[in-house]
Amino acid sequence: MIKGKAHKYGDNVDTDVIIPARYLTTTDWDELASYCMADLDRGFVDKVEAGDIMVAGKNFGCGSSREHAPIAIKASGISCVIAKSFARIFYRNSINIGLPIIECGEVVEDIDDGDIVSVDFEEGIITNHTKGRTYKGVGFPPFMQDIMNSDGLIGYIKGTLK
Amino acid sequence: MGMTMTQKILAHRAGLGSVEPGELIMTELDLVLGNDITTPVAIEEFEKIGIDRVFDTQKIAIVPDHFTPNKDIKSAEQCRLIREFARGMYIENYFEVGEMGIEHALIPEKGLVVAGDVVIGADSHTCTYGALGAFATGVGSTDMAAGMATGKAWFKVPGAIKFVLKGKKQKWVSGKDIILHIIGMIGVDGALYKSMEYTGEGVSELSMDERFTIANMAIEAGAKNGIFEVDDKTISYMKQHSTKGYEIFKADDDAYYSEIYEIDLGEIRPTVAFPHLPENTRTIDEVGEIFIDQVVIGSCTNGRLEDLRVAASILKGNKVKKGVRTIIFPATQKIYLDALREGLIEIFIEAGAVVSTPTCGPCLGGHMGILAKGERAISTTNRNFVGRMGHKDSEVYLASPAVAAASAITGKISSPEEVL
Ligand code: SF4
Repeated sequence: MIKGKAHKYGDNVDTDVIIPARYLTTTDWDELASYCMADLDRGFVDKVEAGDIMVAGKNFGCGSSREHAPIAIKASGISCVIAKSFARIFYRNSINIGLPIIECGEVVEDIDDGDIVSVDFEEGIITNHTKGRTYKGVGFPPFMQDIMNSDGLIGYIKGTLK
Repeated sequence: MGMTMTQKILAHRAGLGSVEPGELIMTELDLVLGNDITTPVAIEEFEKIGIDRVFDTQKIAIVPDHFTPNKDIKSAEQCRLIREFARGMYIENYFEVGEMGIEHALIPEKGLVVAGDVVIGADSHTCTYGALGAFATGVGSTDMAAGMATGKAWFKVPGAIKFVLKGKKQKWVSGKDIILHIIGMIGVDGALYKSMEYTGEGVSELSMDERFTIANMAIEAGAKNGIFEVDDKTISYMKQHSTKGYEIFKADDDAYYSEIYEIDLGEIRPTVAFPHLPENTRTIDEVGEIFIDQVVIGSCTNGRLEDLRVAASILKGNKVKKGVRTIIFPATQKIYLDALREGLIEIFIEAGAVVSTPTCGPCLGGHMGILAKGERAISTTNRNFVGRMGHKDSEVYLASPAVAAASAITGKISSPEEVL
């Protein structure tokens, strides 16, 4: 279960605005985080707090296959992204690096920037505490939760091979 | 609810009775693939896991094909890394220069994929093997690392679009024209997240080489995979190339498809995709006068024997237009040798083309045929994005080997009908 403040964006947020190509010369997580959302929302890095939640419209993470995009979001402190839909490779990459993401159409419409939101991954339940409403998304099967809890696919495999 | 071909394969390899679109599942893998660009990154991730063995030394394939024979010191270092890894892990299917080919032509030829398999590859055109009735999809390097360690991968079960093929193709129309026609129709995101499933009596009209071409470009419509129903041609191809046991999965009658397209092969004309997206298609009758500087025939899309045969049948006894660089690269050593024995290579050289060793080379603007500013190429490859074959102000037009060969003779984009 995670809980945080919502940062809301629109449709088709692409990997170039999440982390512009000019910053791809590093693989350092903290450095990538310092440029997160640089070309869409300059103030993001100053206002984000650990545990916050990103909320967006459809086709989030479209564009290149750079794993740097979900890494920048995760390293910035975001604990989960809720969107109407995700681009296919971004979806894979997020899970693999241990950034929880959840698809849920109606809740996105209802969340405003700054609302306090919580997510229960097991049950797939999203609660908007500011508005006092609860929604049902699709929960993660146990192995997916294990991947999230192990900080990504590599950590998960380390655990299972022990 | 019934399942599609893809859903059935995934359910089977996940050990589940049935699956539904959107469901997250973990499946067994029959093959994990990587190349000289993606494998070095995967090796880094693999090392983080901290184990000293791969899940199965026979079910991993590593093919150095993008910058090989190595074009510079950096690419040589990358290849050294993967060569040492393959040796250290006793990976049987590592193909060195001399026995390699472009991965997506080589893997089926070596019999490493058969119907019913689940395959991941750290290369987006891994979807090519759907031609054999397998589920095959492109992934990232972390997925490849995890696949090498565990022999498993997670998937979100895709929905599907059905393409029912019927009728007979016109002369000079090939698999490439069919897939360009389809991408022109549904767009580069027309099959986002979904499977493209091919069925209907028209499938039997298509050779295996053509089916590989069509499945290869599924990703150019945003699809997760492309897959063909298995028929006698598929079975005889598998028997000829592989000793692996195969399993045939047919879609249920009540399987759900978000869209169903009926495609009359007889109505398709030779088709060309204009810069800078594969969806910008026009029939050969609509292209107008477009002069070219370079012709490229080859790649994982169209570097197979049939492609070379068609090109040779047009180039035979002709000369390429003076000033038009014509580069032909057979996709594997075997294809190269077969073409040599059939006399095709001689025809190419006599026509004034150059023939290259198998490599991805010009297809991704790597080496062996880079375009300068303002230059224009017609190419049988699969992507014509900005700068794909060189300078960002160069242009790539995608077409079939027949149209590319005819264009080499005239120096402008031409129909084979014009030169024969
Ligand atoms: S031939 Fe081109 S598309 Fe095919 S694998 Fe090589 S670079 Fe990729």
